[in-house]
Amino acid sequence: MDSSLSLSLATFIYALASIFYIGSFSFKKNTLAKIGFIVLIIGFLFNTGGIILRWIESYQIGYGHAPFANMYESLVFFSWTVAVLYIFVEFKYKESIIGVFASPIVFLAIAYASLSPDISSKITPLIPALKSNWLIAHVIACFLGYAGFAVAFGFSIMYFAKPQNPETKSIFAKLPSWDIIDELTYQMVVFGFLFLTIGIITGAVWANSAWGKYWSWDPKETWSLITWFVYAIFMHLRMMKGWQGRKLALVSIIGFLAVMFTYFGVNFLLSGLHSYG
Amino acid sequence: MKKNKTVSEKIWQFFCSVKLTVTTLVLLALTSMIGTIILQNGSQSEYVRLYGESFYKIIKVFTFDDMYHAWWFLGLIIILCINLVVCSIERLSTTWKIIFPKKIKFNATRFRKQKNLETFTIKKELATLSSSYENFLLKTIGKVIKEETLDSIILYAEKGRWTRIGVYVVHSSILLLLIGALIGMVFGFKASLNLDEGKTSDTAVIAKSRESVNLGFSIKCNKFDVKFYDTGAPEEFKSNLTIIENGKVSFTKDILVNHPLRYKGINIFQSSYGTAAPDSAHVDIVKLSDKSVTHLSIKIGEEINLPNDMGLFKLEGFLPHFDFRGHNLGEAFIGRITPKDGQSFQIGIPVKFPTFDKMRKGNFAFIVKEFEKKYYTGLQITKDPGVWYVYAGFILMIIGCWITFFMSHESYFIEIQKKQGKTLRVCFSATTNRNQQSLKLKIKKYVVKLKGKQ
Repeated sequence: MDSSLSLSLATFIYALASIFYIGSFSFKKNTLAKIGFIVLIIGFLFNTGGIILRWIESYQIGYGHAPFANMYESLVFFSWTVAVLYIFVEFKYKESIIGVFASPIVFLAIAYASLSPDISSKITPLIPALKSNWLIAHVIACFLGYAGFAVAFGFSIMYFAKPQNPETKSIFAKLPSWDIIDELTYQMVVFGFLFLTIGIITGAVWANSAWGKYWSWDPKETWSLITWFVYAIFMHLRMMKGWQGRKLALVSIIGFLAVMFTYFGVNFLLSGLHSYG
Repeated sequence: MKKNKTVSEKIWQFFCSVKLTVTTLVLLALTSMIGTIILQNGSQSEYVRLYGESFYKIIKVFTFDDMYHAWWFLGLIIILCINLVVCSIERLSTTWKIIFPKKIKFNATRFRKQKNLETFTIKKELATLSSSYENFLLKTIGKVIKEETLDSIILYAEKGRWTRIGVYVVHSSILLLLIGALIGMVFGFKASLNLDEGKTSDTAVIAKSRESVNLGFSIKCNKFDVKFYDTGAPEEFKSNLTIIENGKVSFTKDILVNHPLRYKGINIFQSSYGTAAPDSAHVDIVKLSDKSVTHLSIKIGEEINLPNDMGLFKLEGFLPHFDFRGHNLGEAFIGRITPKDGQSFQIGIPVKFPTFDKMRKGNFAFIVKEFEKKYYTGLQITKDPGVWYVYAGFILMIIGCWITFFMSHESYFIEIQKKQGKTLRVCFSATTNRNQQSLKLKIKKYVVKLKGKQ
């Protein structure tokens, strides 16, 4: 088996997991969500295997670098981080139906990587600027941050999907109580915020050791700071102003839009140091 | 509260509001976008070409061409700092007593009203159960406070009271790194230096102001090397540099991208490279009438006699990118021919196109056969004495965030009451300042353990 087969299988299995979760959500069958969870874990194993194989293959070709060097690899890793975070949340909080808001993100990211004609899956050599031990720390931290915000975004959607009145008998009635959704969203934002902070900091330290400047207002840097501001606002509104519910969920959604722009928009629309992913 | 506030009180009130924090952060987020859309630090002609004359005037008024150093942007950062300091002082003056109390007290009624209260009955001796629970709390939570009445015992334990300081750690880390940035802005510089192989220099050009700065020592580039991948992309480039101080060689070191040289507070980075002018070239001079070839090695600046005494030829210089009618023909030498009877004129000899000069249809065609390729190394030279404050701020920020987000002040409460016979009623609840959900899960876990202690 090679990495591309393993990752294709992961894409397919993630799609299956999403279908199970959506099914469980639509037909109010918890069992389907339980199956979805197991399928998701299997997909996650193939995703992990694919990343490791790709790492090995890069050494066999002679380039020898961690698989975090272009858009394709970053999307595959993004799927992986969202999956690992969601699996952790479901393990800890035992709420399975919420997977309907997280599993599609996992599937869409990896599917986009494999299917988009603009994204090449070729293993490319590392440009000199990326040859640093900081690469791995920086990428892992940033993507854990992105993953936290992505899962928070999925949970925030619940505020607009679940009826406010608990008496309502609709397909959304199976969703967890507001207390839990609120807490989970907040936990994910906090997780994302910590890792985004670490990601920005490792990036700054790296930039200082590569170019002699820890901050140069490069578009990627600036947008990650904008994202950081949005989530700082989120936390101040929640803790100091007592915001909650839909109002706060909206801030989390805006934050995720900023994440998306930092991730894709900067690469496709603006120019800068991060053209590789 | 007094009704008539003095001016200073009003100012204090203004800076102490969270509304101001949120507003400033929103403004910072929104305005930061401008600099990612509008070109930064460009020249006037670039702005006029990109945005037009009238928009350029607006750009100039608001300093959008260098917006992250504009007065209004720095103003926002300063407002945020004052806001942060005032808020922290205001809040810390009240939370200080909570964080460092003289004596730890707890409110039993508050715990009895907790949503997460768990109640169960156990058949056991009050004293033995209480001491076993006390032991449990001591092991899993911390020091236990015990309150006894005739027929009940209350046990209280807490941990992580100090973690309430976390948010202030984060706030002070922001101040620390802004101080570091300020020090860097005032006392540091960022300059660049292009150094040909074999050349020495002790001055670099500051990126922004185009002024030159003396480094206090000289840098000599002994050698430059570049390796390529099969794809043609550069794999690695490195310069072998010697630092010369007061005319004496200090040391020699290789620098690569990501592996800079640091000396006396000055950092020297490998940032780019290019082709430098060579000293000489091997030139074939073809006489077009009889195709006879003369081979010569000519130094740059040297003038030679053309064969058959037909005039003079001077090799004037080298261009890394020779522009011919808008086409970049790459590396080329520039020569000047002075015919025996006539005006001198200039010719270009592109290295990659040996037939190029033939097309001029002169008496001779010049072909550069080979030349010793020389590189220049592009060095980035920076000085930033504030960087250590920034790094300290970074570390403090990560620690502060960790404390604030993942640690909490948790208080646990167990009340054991005597009921009829040997039955004891146990009430167990807890409070925390954050992460209620995770506390709920912990309580469920602990209750199983408490029930098990028969």
